[in-house]
This record gives sequence, structure tokens and C-alpha cells, in this order.
Amino acid sequence: MSVFLYMVEHDRGRIEETALGGLTGARLLAEAMGARLQAAVIGEGAEAVAGEIDPYGPEEIHLVRHPMLTDYGPDAWADSLVQLAASVDAAAVMADGTDRGNEVMAQLGARMDLAMVANCLEIEADGAGDGGDWLMTRVRWGGSLHERARLSAPTKLVTLAPHSTEAAPAPRPGGGRVSMFTPSLDESALTTMVLDRVTVSEGITLATAPVVVSGGRGVGSVEGFTILEELADLLGGAVGCSRVVTNNGWKNHKFQVGQTGTVVAPDLYIACGISGAIQHWVGMMNAKNVLAINIDPDAPMVTKADWAVIADLHEVVPAITAEVTRRRGLARETG
Amino acid sequence: METLHLAGKALERKFHDAEQFYIVEQPTVSGALTEDDTPHLSAVLSASILIAFYTRDGMLYRIVRTFRIVEPRVGSEKMSDLPTSAQVVVIGAGIVGNSVVKHLAELGWRDIVQIDKGPLPNPGGSTGHASNFIFPVDHNKEMAHLTLDSQQQYEEMDVSTFSGGLEVARTEERLHELDRRMTSAKCWGIESWQVSPAEAAELVPFLDESVILGGWYTPGVSVVDSLRAGTLMREYAIGKGALSVHPLTEVLDIEADRGRIRAVVTDKGRIACEYAVIACGVWSPRLARMAGASIPLTPAVHQMIDVGPLEILAATNNEIGYPIVRDMDTFCYERQTGGSMEVGSYAHRPIFHHPDTIPSIEAARLSPTELPLTMDDFDPQLEQALELMPFLGDAEIKYGINGLLSLTPDAMPLVGETPEVENLWSCAAIWIKEGPGTGRALAEWMTQGYPEIDPHASDIARFYPYMKTERHILSRCAEHFNKTYGIVHPREQWETRRNSRVSSLHPITSALGAVYFEAGGWERPHWYESNAPLLEEYRDRIPERPHEWDSRWWSPIQNAEHLALRDRAGMVDLTAFAIFDIEGPGALDYMQHMTVNQVDRPAGSGIYTPLLTEQGGFRSDLTVLRMGDARFRVVTGGFDGGRDAYWFRNRLPEDGSVVFTDMTSALSTIGVWGPDARQLVEKVTADDISHEGFPYGTWKHAVIDSIPVIMFRISYVGELGWEIYTNMEHAPMLWESLWEAGREFGAAAVGAGVYGTTGRLEKGYRLMGAELESEYNPVEAGLARPLVKKADFIGKQAYLAARDAGPAAVCCTLTMESHVSGSGTPRFPMGGNEPILTPDGERIVDAAGRVSRVTSAGAGPSLDAYLLLGYLPADLAEEGLRLQIMYQNELFPVEVARVGSRPLFDPDDSRMKC
Amino acid sequence: MRILACVKRVPAPGAKIILTPDGQDIDAALLGFTVSPHEECAVEEAVRIVEREGGSVTVMTLGPPEAEEQLRSAVAVGADSGVLLSTDDPDWDPVSTAKALAAAVAEMEAGAGRPFDLILFGNESADSCGYQVGIRTARMLDRPIVNGIKGIDAGEGSVTLRRETPSGSEVYRLPLPAVVGVKEGINLPRYPTLKGRMAARRASIERMEPAAGSSGQSKVMLATPPAAGSTVDILGEGAEAAPAVVDVMEGLGLL
Repeated sequence: MSVFLYMVEHDRGRIEETALGGLTGARLLAEAMGARLQAAVIGEGAEAVAGEIDPYGPEEIHLVRHPMLTDYGPDAWADSLVQLAASVDAAAVMADGTDRGNEVMAQLGARMDLAMVANCLEIEADGAGDGGDWLMTRVRWGGSLHERARLSAPTKLVTLAPHSTEAAPAPRPGGGRVSMFTPSLDESALTTMVLDRVTVSEGITLATAPVVVSGGRGVGSVEGFTILEELADLLGGAVGCSRVVTNNGWKNHKFQVGQTGTVVAPDLYIACGISGAIQHWVGMMNAKNVLAINIDPDAPMVTKADWAVIADLHEVVPAITAEVTRRRGLARETG
Repeated sequence: METLHLAGKALERKFHDAEQFYIVEQPTVSGALTEDDTPHLSAVLSASILIAFYTRDGMLYRIVRTFRIVEPRVGSEKMSDLPTSAQVVVIGAGIVGNSVVKHLAELGWRDIVQIDKGPLPNPGGSTGHASNFIFPVDHNKEMAHLTLDSQQQYEEMDVSTFSGGLEVARTEERLHELDRRMTSAKCWGIESWQVSPAEAAELVPFLDESVILGGWYTPGVSVVDSLRAGTLMREYAIGKGALSVHPLTEVLDIEADRGRIRAVVTDKGRIACEYAVIACGVWSPRLARMAGASIPLTPAVHQMIDVGPLEILAATNNEIGYPIVRDMDTFCYERQTGGSMEVGSYAHRPIFHHPDTIPSIEAARLSPTELPLTMDDFDPQLEQALELMPFLGDAEIKYGINGLLSLTPDAMPLVGETPEVENLWSCAAIWIKEGPGTGRALAEWMTQGYPEIDPHASDIARFYPYMKTERHILSRCAEHFNKTYGIVHPREQWETRRNSRVSSLHPITSALGAVYFEAGGWERPHWYESNAPLLEEYRDRIPERPHEWDSRWWSPIQNAEHLALRDRAGMVDLTAFAIFDIEGPGALDYMQHMTVNQVDRPAGSGIYTPLLTEQGGFRSDLTVLRMGDARFRVVTGGFDGGRDAYWFRNRLPEDGSVVFTDMTSALSTIGVWGPDARQLVEKVTADDISHEGFPYGTWKHAVIDSIPVIMFRISYVGELGWEIYTNMEHAPMLWESLWEAGREFGAAAVGAGVYGTTGRLEKGYRLMGAELESEYNPVEAGLARPLVKKADFIGKQAYLAARDAGPAAVCCTLTMESHVSGSGTPRFPMGGNEPILTPDGERIVDAAGRVSRVTSAGAGPSLDAYLLLGYLPADLAEEGLRLQIMYQNELFPVEVARVGSRPLFDPDDSRMKC
Repeated sequence: MRILACVKRVPAPGAKIILTPDGQDIDAALLGFTVSPHEECAVEEAVRIVEREGGSVTVMTLGPPEAEEQLRSAVAVGADSGVLLSTDDPDWDPVSTAKALAAAVAEMEAGAGRPFDLILFGNESADSCGYQVGIRTARMLDRPIVNGIKGIDAGEGSVTLRRETPSGSEVYRLPLPAVVGVKEGINLPRYPTLKGRMAARRASIERMEPAAGSSGQSKVMLATPPAAGSTVDILGEGAEAAPAVVDVMEGLGLL
């Protein structure tokens, strides 16, 4: 049985929110193709991550450790992964289609002079047997278009589109094997290592917030975002915005949800005064529920939403904030 | 596990925890669920469900979507309130459709349903990206009136700002054109003045005066909010309880049955209706085709870009603080919009699209009619804009589009009932500047039978079938697109698609050196170069026209042909006549109903008669031959053939008792007139054509040479002679026989320059579309007969009332008292709405608000005069009164030579009736 | 600084992408073309660095002859010159593209006698979203690259880079010559001015012939993803809808 190797993405021991879903997808793929799934956890904090991922069923977890692997660095990680893949004779190496995942896998492709297919939604083997071609559906245009692609390569390098598979535990009896792997790295790999980092907030981030309160052209101004921020705070969520807002300078680009901004998948996405251009839509289409607040009943965002309020967001948003506050008050009284 | 088979695809139903799950097996892995599947799903399922992908080997790959089924699509809100019937369905919610619903409601219509496939207030058509400014001064009267009415409507809705407008000239020729602009402004009563380069720069301080020679300024230019206007107009109709509006409703079909509209079928349901109006701008041809009608326009690109920010503009703190500048010689305009400048161009190559390939709202980046700017086409204009306004150089190009607008083969709108389908009306190819006025005109037309502003140049019935073909439309539109800001001579002829319609006489007239003008599509000889030798003969009687503008599309040979005809005889190719046969048991009643004058005359009679609108204005004028008890032949001008055919056909009795046959292409007409005409024809016929045997105003079958003909003794040039009709295939031989017979008399081939202008004007004959418009009645035109027939006819009540009331204005013939302009060059006006002014230079307006202007102009070679026709208020209609006219912004003295229709030349018609 | 910015001509679709009937391509007959948003920022960043530090900006693309339009657009916003690797083949896979770009860079650098100090790429192209051409090109040129960069500080002999993470940002420092993949948000690209546009018309575009190759990845066909076929539940038309909205939130367990 061939080995599929999945790189678990984490930041110094803190697992990425996409990783368990990615691991589940990788496991399902390996099962479908009759391969064994092994996981690679590179660098500091790998042990902690191993415990977290074990219930998701990798046959073996490789802890990739080296004194130089103190932090993330695309070259160092890619060098390590190439060596690990060779040592386990991996038929496929996978990671998530995130910034880091795609970066490391592209570096892998460059090192191995092999194709790397990014952001796959579905993968199947074209015919039986190891080493045969893969057919995959991958994401183009940030998700607004799908490509059916063929991959012919002795080692298959792919990334999996984030959120394309829901995490589903599949514990192995007795758990997976954990092993250590020490790559040989030279100094040049340090060139691209993270040198320093600036922590802005440890609070709720746009990418991971359970609720995103997002504003578009309809918000109208910098000040208009105040009511959105209030509601987001109340719900323990984050504020987002559309590209128009960024272009108008009302919000910094880091708040931008969309193909070229942050991709989000909250439990509830509240789109306030956002028309729903494709650029924006692909950034939030994985939201589990969408509520649109818009004066235009025909805005694409409204027609695509699960719920909508056809009204001026400047009236509705404060009313929602007030209602949430009121109910919480009631709950406290009765509780 | 339960399997549902839906739309040919297998759905497997599974349970996963507490949620319901739908897993769809895809025939193609990436094909996934299409929109087509969802209605079925919606119809079947009522719970919260999940749809997921499922690959062939059983792997769940991706949760596609959480579905929340609130109600099945089939019962959605928008569908349920779409009415199943309406009196009228107006398709389109741009400026035109909105204006139509407003005015229909105002005129008392109820049960109006308006639909548009796009959202409101901007459904994505041309209205949504229009530059929204109105330059009210047009040389064309109909367009000027529609524009002025529109401008006023915008103002009444409080959606307009007067910015003023400046047209600048970079060439001498353009300066001359601005003289003409001054003249038209004077005619329509719009304040304007010419400015020096320095004055222009004072009005528009960011303009480089060194690149211009001068300019023309009017404060009467306004900028409007056409989307807001549309909303207000819809709200008006809704407020009247007359209208329901349904956006996002796409027309799939328009049902017509036996030539009549029945229903409009949409994606939200079918609406049975009595009337439908297509006001769909660039999409209109597509809609018309659904019903079997034709709206001949093409979507065409007009490029514009938005550049900014510009501090000097932002400092005005409003949408527009500086006059709009039209840089006429570069075919560009610069229009302030807030802090930036919009630069628009009509200078690029013609770029056409097809109504079927305009992108959908979803597929378009901006909107269906805002296509991506093709920058290469715009680049030359950037340079020119920068020359005129150097401050634009550092401004950023923030937006640019290839905006779609509608072009038609003759650059005029397409308004009126489609000739193909009864009760299906077109209101298309209309720009912002004339939208509200045209909507009003259409509503009046639908309500009262005809609008207040004579719409003959916009009437969709004006086209002959070949003119509605794609190739013709595109060729003509390509030809005139760059003339949008061009200098178009009033007599200018088309270059493309010529010889689409030629007489069988064409080889003969070509050999005679005919110079052809287009008349209703026909190639009609205007003069013959082979008559150049006549110039020598009449040298002393033909004044020179030294100004190139006045002599463009003109030849002194016309005058020589005129004199030869008056002295001897002339032969005229009149094949361009439109000829209709009307027959059947109901023909007499029908013809009596259609015409003003008595047509119940014995067979063999020929009758001249006006046709009126219900309001008593001129709808047409033509001659009718009584062919038999139940047979009439109608002969009308080629320019009006299409519109007249529609007018007759549309009013045929429903019982089939009258049959209409268009004989135009079967028959050819040759006119022979002049003092020698009888002798000439006698040489080739044995029939009695003496005055006694063949009186004036009668027709006869005859044989000329070996050719059967119909001869009708009538004249539009005031001479003895006949219109001779024969089958198209005989016409060349007929011409040759007459031509051979005419040699000894020195008969000349004579063009329409004589027939339509010089000969006609000497006789004071009125022309449809010039003097004869629906805004004037027969009493005013001097064409009222002493008695009114008993039979009822269209417009009779109004006609009787007009006879009682007397004329508010009278059609008069004026003579130019001096041709000499300020520069000393003799000038020759050409009947292009030159205003007739008092000796003090004031406009003359009659009690009905109609301005006095020159409707026709031309030489009167036999009178040694230059003749002008025009209406004067009754109190100024006084022979001998001296007035002035303005031509090219100069004043010329004129005298009222004749009040009413009595001819100046041969007032007793003795030459014609001998 | 001599900077090279690499861009890709891509169609600018609306809210719905229409495919050609054979599913091989986007039906771009009525679409405009642009460069990917990340690359627009790359060009802008290059121009800004040169405005500050001096130097020159070259823009390069591999694409159809019409891609000259995108190079001129880059010149219109401040780039100095353009290089077009002209090809009629629409399907260049990432490996072949990187090889062609790297070869062209090598040739240009050999001609100039020195390397570009900085080569900028977009993080990923808007259309094919491969996330790798910049990385592969850098590797072929044996230069360091970091992707996803939203801040560049050009220093003496090195660049300091900032990459955003959910909780803040990471800092990298690369010695020059280096390659950087930038992300939208690094700057707000300017629009071309009229003068810029006119300069662009006159700019000379160098054409080079790329050598085609192939790797293991190939396109089979394109497809439009499933429509989001939800039916929207209208909760109200004003502030009175707030209780219904909060009911929904409660139902989702968000309170």
C-alpha cells in the first residue's frame, strides 16, 4: 500500500483551524485510493499537535524536528518535507490550500520539479494502481469557477481547498504511531525563516470568528462602521468589509473579506449593505448561514442569503444590538 | 436509504445525526448541481436540508450549501403578484418606459403593467450610464421639440440643473456651423450667443483658448437625473392607481395572433394584454422579433471615461458648476460630474454589438450596457482633450466604458405602432435628452391617434422592409455615427447602401448623367449633368451661388432644367411614387373615411386630397384615382410611402371588404410637362389627349407606342402634362419613345430639383413633411375647399372646427429681397428652419405657440425670385409686408409675396389647364 | 533599485462567469481584461519603491499578443518598460510558465550585466489560482522568495517583509536579489493619469519568444460551480425585523 503524506499546518504548536478538515479530507482520499495516510508535523510544538490530530485517523504521525526549525520558514519546511516524503516513499504529499500550505507545497514542487495542483475540491484516481493519473476538481477564481484537471506525476503534490471537507474524527484503535524525523538542513534554509512577529491581538480574528458582521458600500462612511463593531462585539464576532470599503479607505484591507482578502467560514455572516459582487462572494460563500441587510431586495447578496431584512442597515443594526442586549438581560433575570 | 429520481438525476437520501442530508451523485464530477435542479428540490422538500457532492466511489467531498426552504419557488412572492392580464404591458423601465407609463396614466389609462428584466431603479440599460445632459438646440424641428418638452418635464420633476453649455470650434468650417447653431437657437427661442476664445475661457477657465477659434454658448443646457426622473414617473402612475411594476421579470415571448398582440410571456408568468409597448432600448429588436415585428436599431458603443479628482471642479461643491463643453471638431465632450470630468467621444470607429449578445446582468462586470472600454479606440481623444483642457493631464482615469446606446439607419428614434403587429408599439432608440417628450408623444399617439408634436421623422413605419435588414442598419449607422457631432448639410446624401432601390429607368437616367438623391430609398435623379449645355442658354437667368455651403448638393443645372421645362417640355422620372390599389365592396366608404376631399366622383376622376389626423392636422396629402365603382388607386410621395401604407392598412375594415395592394414596385411613373407636352405625346399616341377630350384632373387608359399606360392629367410644376404610369418593365421603352418624340421640341430630362423644389415653389404647392405637418390644418395651409363633403372622415370634427375658428397662422410665400450678407457674399437659404423675424429681429409666434420659420426654400427661375414658404400669424399675413429671415446667423430682408395658396407663377393656372 | 514586476492578463468577469461551449475557457468576448489584483499591487509597490529609492520598473508578462495592453497599463501607472513573452497557447501550466519567465529574466540580466534587485509577483493569479509561479521562478533563479507579503521595506542590500497572520504579522528579511509574492492590501494602486496613459501609448514593448514546455498538470475542462439555490427568508423591512433576526441567532446558538 502506498503512503499519502499530509502536512499538518500549525503555528508553533497551535493547530490551524483548517487542518482537521484537511486531515479528514486526506484520510478519505487515502481510503478511497487504498493508501495509508501519514501526517507530518514540522517544527516547534509538533508534539502538542500530534495529540490533537490523532483522533482523525492518521496511520502514523511524523514529528519533524531540527534545532533550526524554531519557527516557520518556507524553505526550511519544504526541505524537511521533501526529505520526509522521500524517506516514507510517499506517493502523494498534501497540505491545505492556505498561505503556508500552498507556499510549502509550491516550494516542494519546485524542488522536486513536479507539478503541484493547488486547492483541490475533489480528487479521484483515473484507473487503478499506484502511480496512475489523478483527476481532480480544483478551485479557480477563488471558487467561482471549477477546473477539472489531470495530474500525471510519480509523486502527486496537491493542496486541498480549505473548508472543503468537514472535520470528522475516525480514531484508530490504539491511536496512530508517532515517530520522529530529523531532516538535514543547511543555513541557507534560514534565509526565509520568520525573523520576528508583531502580535496585534490575541482576540477574535476575522478568519476564525463564529460571527462576522460585514459592511459594504451601504455603510457609507468610516463612522458608519461603529454600529457594526458594536454588534460584532456583543456577539463575540469580528467585523469585515467589502472591497469597495477598502478602496474608499473606510477600513483597512485586513478587514476585507473576499477573493483577495480574507476567506471566512463563520456560523453566521451578516452582510450589511453589501451588494454581493463575485469578488466578495467567494470570500464568504462557505459561511454556514448568511443574513443580508440591504435596502435593495434584488441585490445578489439578498437573493443568495438565507435570511434578509430589506431596510436601511443604519436602522436595523442598532435595533438588533438592542434586541440582543434586551434578551440577554432577560436571560440573566430569569437565570 | 431512499432514492428520489429528479430531473434525470439520482438523489440519495441519507440521515446524518439529526440533520437531513441530500447527497447528489454527479454525472460529471465538477458539473455539480445546476440552477435547473433547485426548483425541483424546492418543490419536493420542505425541511432544512444540506446538499453535498458525492463522487462515484462514495466519498463525501464537499458540503455545497445549506438549503432553507421557505416556500417552493413556484409560489414565490414576485411570481404571485404578476397579473395574468393587463390593458397594456410596457416592457422596459429605463427613461423611455418610465415616461410612457407616466403619460399613459396621465391620459387616463389604467391597468398598466410595467416589466423589466433588470432591477430598479437601474435595470442596467443605457439610462443607467447615460451622461444625462441636454443640449436643446437641434436643427431638426421634431427633435428640437421633443428635446425641449423633455427638458421641461425634467425641470418640473425637479431633477434638472442648468449648467450651460459651450460648443467650441477649432476650424473655420465649424465656426460657420456655429452660425447655423445660432440660427436654430433663435428659431426655437433658446437664448444663446457666440463667444470669442477669450470669452470661452472666461466661462470655462480650464480651457486653453489658444486651440479654439471661437465658440457658441447657451445657458439652456441642463443636466438631469434620469434615474430619479424614472422613479418619479413610475410613482406618479402608481399614485394614480394605474400601474404595477415588476422588475426582474424577463420576457420570453410576445404572442401575436392574426397580426395583433395577445400576450406577453415572462419567466414569472403570462400576461394577456390588449397593447404592449417595447421600450427596451438596445434590446428592442430582440423583443420585436418575438412578436414577428422589427425594430431596426443596433446597439452601438459610445465611449466615455471619468477622470479626476480635479480640485477646481471639486471646489464647486456640486454635481456641475461649469458649462458642459462640446469640442465639436474632435467629436468629444467634457462634462463635470462632481469632482471629476467625464470625457465622452463619438470620434472612435463605429463599434456595434448585437442585441442577442449583450451580456446578462450577472455576466457583466458593470452592467449589460457598460462594456469594457477599448482604450486603444479612446487614446486619440485623450490627446485632444488634453489640448483643450491641459489640467486633465494629471487627473486619473477612474472609470471608462464602452457604453451602449441605440443607433438607427437614419439617426432618428423608432416610435409608433409597429406596422407588422397591431397594438404592439415601439418606443426605442431614444436618448436621455428626448426621453420624456417621446414617451409623452407615444402615449398621446396611443390615446388620441396621433401626438401633438408631428412624429413623422420618428415614425417607425417610415422604413421599407429592406431598410430593416441588418446589413442596411449597420452600414447606415456606421456612416452616420461619426456625424453625431459632425457638420451635416441639410441636403446631405448617404454614401453607403446606395442603389438598393432603383427604377427600371436607372440605366437610361444614368446614361443621361443623373445625379441621384435618395427618396424613400429610391435612386431619384435630382438633376442631369447632360443638361449642362442648357446653362449657356439660360446663363443670364441663373444667379451664381458663390458660397460653397449654399451650393453644396446643388447645381445651377436645376434652374436650367426648370427653365427648359417652362419653355418647352421636360420628362421626369417619378418611379419613387408610392402607389396603392384599394378595392373591394367597402372601398368607397373606406376611402371617403380616409380622405378630406370628395372621392365619390366618377371613374376617370383624379382627386387631390389631404389626409388628416383625428385632431385635424395633416397626416398626408396625395392623389386618388377613381378606377371603378369599387376601385381606387392612391399615389403618394416616396418619402411617405411606408407611413402612408401603414396608415391605410391599419384602418382597413376588419370584415375584409377592402383589399389593399401595394403597387409601388410594379409600376413606374414618367412625368411629361411643359407647353409642348401635348404635341410631344401626340406623336406617340393615337388616343385623344386634347384639352376637351382629356380634361385636367382626369385619367385615361392609353397606348403610347405599343405600351399600355394610364395617363393622369395633373401637375406639381404648373404646366400642361401628365403623370404616365406603366408597368415597371415597360418603363424604359416608354421613356425612349417619349424621349425620341421630344427631340424636335428640345425636351429635357428634368430632375427632382425642379419637380420638388423650383417648379413646386413657383406654384406655391405645399410639401408633406415641410409645410404640411400634423401641427397645421388645411385652413392654415390654404388647402381648405369651399365645401365639406357629407361623408364622415378622419379629422372631420376638428376640420369643421378649424374652418369655423379660422387660421391662427397662414402659409405664405415670401421672396428674398436681398441675398447679400454682411460679408457681401450672396447667400441662399435652404429651408432648414430659418426663423422668420420682425423688422426688429424678434421671433414671430402665432396664437397656438408655433414659431414662424422657413419650411421650404428655393429658386423661382421663371419669377426671377428666390422663394420661401412659411407660416405667418394671421395678423402678419399681409402681402407686401416686409420681414426678415435669419440664415447662418445673418439677417436678410424678405417680403410677403403671397398669402395663401394662390400661385405666384401663373396664378390662374392657365398654362396647366389649356 | 531595478525592479521587475511579473503580471498576468486575466479577464474581468461580472458576477457570473460564462464559459465557452466546450468548457475550455471563459467566454471573454464581451469582457475586458486586467491583471490580477495582487499583481496590480505588485506594480504599484514597485513604482512606489522606485519613486522613493530611484531605479527602474520593468513589467513582464507571458501571454497572448493582446497582453501588450496590460503592459501599457502598467506603464501608464509608472512602470518604465514592458516585456512580452508572446504566445498563442492559452494553457501554460505553472512549471512551464516559471521556466519561461526564469529564462527571460536570465537573458535580460545577462544583457544588463546585473540582476534585478527585486522581482515582484502577485501571491496568486486571479484566474488559475496556482500559487506557485513566483516560487518556482525564484527557485530556478536561486533566489529567496516569501509569498503573501503585505509590506516591503527596501533597505541596503535587503528587504524587510511583512506577512499578515490572523493574530498579527510575521517579519521576514531577504538579502537582495530577492523575489517577493505580494498580496492585495500592501497598497492602494493608483489609476493611470491622462499623461500616464499617453506615455504608455508611446512606450516600447520588448517582445521575446518563450519556449513552451509541459509538466504533469493539465486542464481537462472548466465548470461553473453549483448555484447557491437558497430561497431567502425575508424577515422584515425595517427595524421591526430585529426580534426575528435575534430568533435566528438564538436558533444558531450564537447568543
